Amino acid sequence: MSDPSTPLLQVEQVRKLFPLKSGGGVLSFGAARRAPMLHAVDGVDLEIGRGESVGLVGESGCGKSTLVRLITRTLDPTGGSIRFRGEDIGGIPASRFARTPQRREVQMVFQDPTDSLNPRHTARDAIAEPLRLLGHLSGQALAARVDEVAGLVQMPRELLGRFPHQLSGGQKARVGIARAVALEPSLLVLDEPTAALDVSVQAVILHLLADLRERLGMSYLFVSHDLNIVRLLCDRVMVMYLGRVVESGPAREVFEAPRHPYTRALLSAIPGLSGGAARRIRLEGDPTSPVDPDPARCRFHGRCPQGRDACTASSPVLQSTGPGHSVACHFPEPG
Amino acid sequence: MTEHAGLRHVRYVLSDNPVTAGSFALFGLFLVLALVGPWIAPFDPLETDPSKVLQPPSAQHWFGTDQLGRDILSRVIVATGLDFGMALAAVLLSFGIGCALGACAGYYGGWIDRVVSRLADTIMAFPLFVLAMAIVAALGNTVENIIYATAIINLPFYIRVARSEVNVRRNAGFVEAARLAGNTEARILAFHLFPNILPPVMVQISLNMGWAILNAAGLSFIGLGVRPPQPEWGIMVAEGASYMISGEWWVSFFPGVVLMLAVFCFNLLGDGLRDMIDPRRRT
Repeated sequence: MSDPSTPLLQVEQVRKLFPLKSGGGVLSFGAARRAPMLHAVDGVDLEIGRGESVGLVGESGCGKSTLVRLITRTLDPTGGSIRFRGEDIGGIPASRFARTPQRREVQMVFQDPTDSLNPRHTARDAIAEPLRLLGHLSGQALAARVDEVAGLVQMPRELLGRFPHQLSGGQKARVGIARAVALEPSLLVLDEPTAALDVSVQAVILHLLADLRERLGMSYLFVSHDLNIVRLLCDRVMVMYLGRVVESGPAREVFEAPRHPYTRALLSAIPGLSGGAARRIRLEGDPTSPVDPDPARCRFHGRCPQGRDACTASSPVLQSTGPGHSVACHFPEPG
Repeated sequence: MTEHAGLRHVRYVLSDNPVTAGSFALFGLFLVLALVGPWIAPFDPLETDPSKVLQPPSAQHWFGTDQLGRDILSRVIVATGLDFGMALAAVLLSFGIGCALGACAGYYGGWIDRVVSRLADTIMAFPLFVLAMAIVAALGNTVENIIYATAIINLPFYIRVARSEVNVRRNAGFVEAARLAGNTEARILAFHLFPNILPPVMVQISLNMGWAILNAAGLSFIGLGVRPPQPEWGIMVAEGASYMISGEWWVSFFPGVVLMLAVFCFNLLGDGLRDMIDPRRRT
């Protein structure tokens, strides 16, 4: 095993651009050289330590899910590097990653428990599959481990023989979590694991996740647009806007003293958190298009309440404003 | 335990829908005839008897006799095996090849998709029965070639169903989850996507079986494939056709009715099969 001081996951300047199809027909062989590109993730740095829990927040379409798919290696990055325990895993094509030893170390809980379970596999099949393929268990040992993991997520054993459509939303979520933690991965990515659940079940699942993390010592990358959940579960928070990180820092600091205007607006939108009614910040204007954005211009310009001349002259880069806290803004709010 | 539940589900579907139960019963009867036909036929289907030419249905010959004095009931029974065998072999062939091609086209996309889809379009561009005739005529007049011809003209239906069913699921969450569980692309296609496209393909198989029987019989009717002394529904209808005018209707009527029943049975079977295979119907 590698040096314990290297972080578990190091992501450097990772980028993912999607070419936009310009409506070419069947015979569009020699299409335009330079198709317009959608910048889904545009130079993101991210580090997750062992046992650390990092929250990733941002509005819909900001590139959270793409970043997650890059990290879980089901999508190939356009550029940048992804290191896991110091080893470069970003260069391994996604189609070959299933056969690498790192596959079992990086697992994921999906947003929609219904969509992420194969309708023709029972709960037992779903939990057993990673154990069988990556854990090389079979027969008695496999069945015993499935029962054990089901117990871990408090899934009644009688339900394991059921198909997904015979399970409730909370039960399906448990199956999804059981499948992901079965191999005791060192990094668990949670892509809005509670978004498809109703509030009463959400609380139970979140407790379960917090408990599992403690027991199994996993690192979490927690993606959500529910800021209260992130506040509750995460040590560190990263705020994304249009494919870039605009602010990152310790959860408490970011929530109590946000430096970036976008973070401030996001936090002011949490219901029941910002005591005074007048503090609600409304974002006016339209977001910048993620298709070939102007590199010499702040992406938040146009919606930003600050919006000065410097913002259209150059794009701000992440700068440290304190221990572990950095902001990408020309005019950060005073801490 | 699971097998028990499966059986219970089959019984539930059958009791829920009497038409399905009826078509399954009919299918069972045809299957028995196909398997043990030569042993239960009352007469030798090839034995001619000049003294009993063109006799109408009677207690001894239920379906009457043909122009050579052969017992039509025996010939119809024995023909079941050949007709079902040809249709089944053709359908299995197009199911196997068509699903593999269609699923790859739908999953990988790109040039594979383009080649496979154009292949299906090309086959579809011909009048299918004429294409089958041409294939048999070109390859030679044998039973195997009828099977190949029927398989080829059915191929596009399987390609299209498999392609579109895989295509709508290729980005589903469970496919991504399967990748995380250590499945390679080929395994995802075989163990995760393929079982999910089975219900619609099953319906296609059943509809196709009726169609394949009709096609094989049709080719024999126009004199391709099966040779005369051999009992086969299409040939029997063709042979009896000339006697219709002179009033000996039973010679082509009975094989024709049985052929129609077989096609009808498969068409009804399709819906029943889908209900049995689709786990979402299981309660």
